[in-house]
Amino acid sequence: MTENDALERALIWGGASDPPPLPDLSEAAAAAGLLDVAYATLDSPVGRILLALTPRGLVRLAYLDGDAPEDAVLGDLAARVSPRVLAAPRRLDGPRRELDQYFAGTRRRFELALDWRLTHGFTRRVLRATARIPYGTVSSYRGVAADAGSPRAFRAAGNALGSNPLPIVVPCHRVLHAGGGLGGYTGGLERKRVLLTVEGILPADQ
Amino acid sequence: MTSSSVSSRVTLPPFQQLLDAHGRDVHRFLVATVGSGAADDCYQETWLAALRAYPRLRNASNLRSWIMTVAHHKAIDHLRARGRAAIPVDEVSAGTAGPAELRDPEIWALVRDLPNKQRMAIALRYLADAAYSEISEVMGTSEEAARRNVHEGLKRLRTEYVR
Repeated sequence: MTENDALERALIWGGASDPPPLPDLSEAAAAAGLLDVAYATLDSPVGRILLALTPRGLVRLAYLDGDAPEDAVLGDLAARVSPRVLAAPRRLDGPRRELDQYFAGTRRRFELALDWRLTHGFTRRVLRATARIPYGTVSSYRGVAADAGSPRAFRAAGNALGSNPLPIVVPCHRVLHAGGGLGGYTGGLERKRVLLTVEGILPADQ
Repeated sequence: MTSSSVSSRVTLPPFQQLLDAHGRDVHRFLVATVGSGAADDCYQETWLAALRAYPRLRNASNLRSWIMTVAHHKAIDHLRARGRAAIPVDEVSAGTAGPAELRDPEIWALVRDLPNKQRMAIALRYLADAAYSEISEVMGTSEEAARRNVHEGLKRLRTEYVR
């Protein structure tokens, strides 16, 4: 009886408490053409960020916080891009390095390929116009609406910027109210202030 | 009512979620059934096969059974190929350095000496904590057969395992 118990106990508690790390699959998946969305998270001066990459380019940069936890962002990518989503930190080394340099003030221009598939129609036109605003300068909602071909659609332009799937890299923080106010920001105004300060648009000691 | 008539699309969670939830169970199961020397290769084959089929999956209600079924297939394939190559089991599954996946390698060496069906059923039951219904689903047998495989396997182990 006790012998039987010992046997079953040994089987039930079969897994070691300190097992080896599991083999990483992301490189093999990518080599097989099966890694549709590779992602990584990182800490930055504007908080925790999630970066997602497809074979076409960077498809998503998300601020992670209470409103948008990691699970929600990944679930959205699974539904809208592909469910083949894997953590693959090394695949995001390039974008991460460019972001680090941007925050350190040593990079004024991102050289990342972008995958625009999460944007459509007018929103995409507004965001492409926004992507052309040079580092350290600002535009207005009316300005980007005009650049997108619809000068009077400045309210819709505001909504388009609010749904930017690639903040920072597509610099919607450089769009301010014509009257001089900061306007709104997807990630909250505090983040917008930090980004404008990094670029020297706002004074550093504020 | 409407959702089934609108389309057959199912909401699939990000694949990483499956990997986080079941990666360890899959690896343990493979170490126990094919040995630590072959487990990593079978593990990669399992997840790549699953990743390939994943977007076309029509039923996401039991992803755990699904992934264990894929792992079971890979283990069977591997054991068959090894049988053809006539490689002695001991050579293939020789212990490797570093931390072990299983607490008591000795008992799992005994499990690996069991007939395939018993070995698979025992590994599923005790390492992946599978109910008999899940074992029957994964191995494609009746629930009665799943129960029998576990019990026959245990009976045999009891004659050999002394503590």
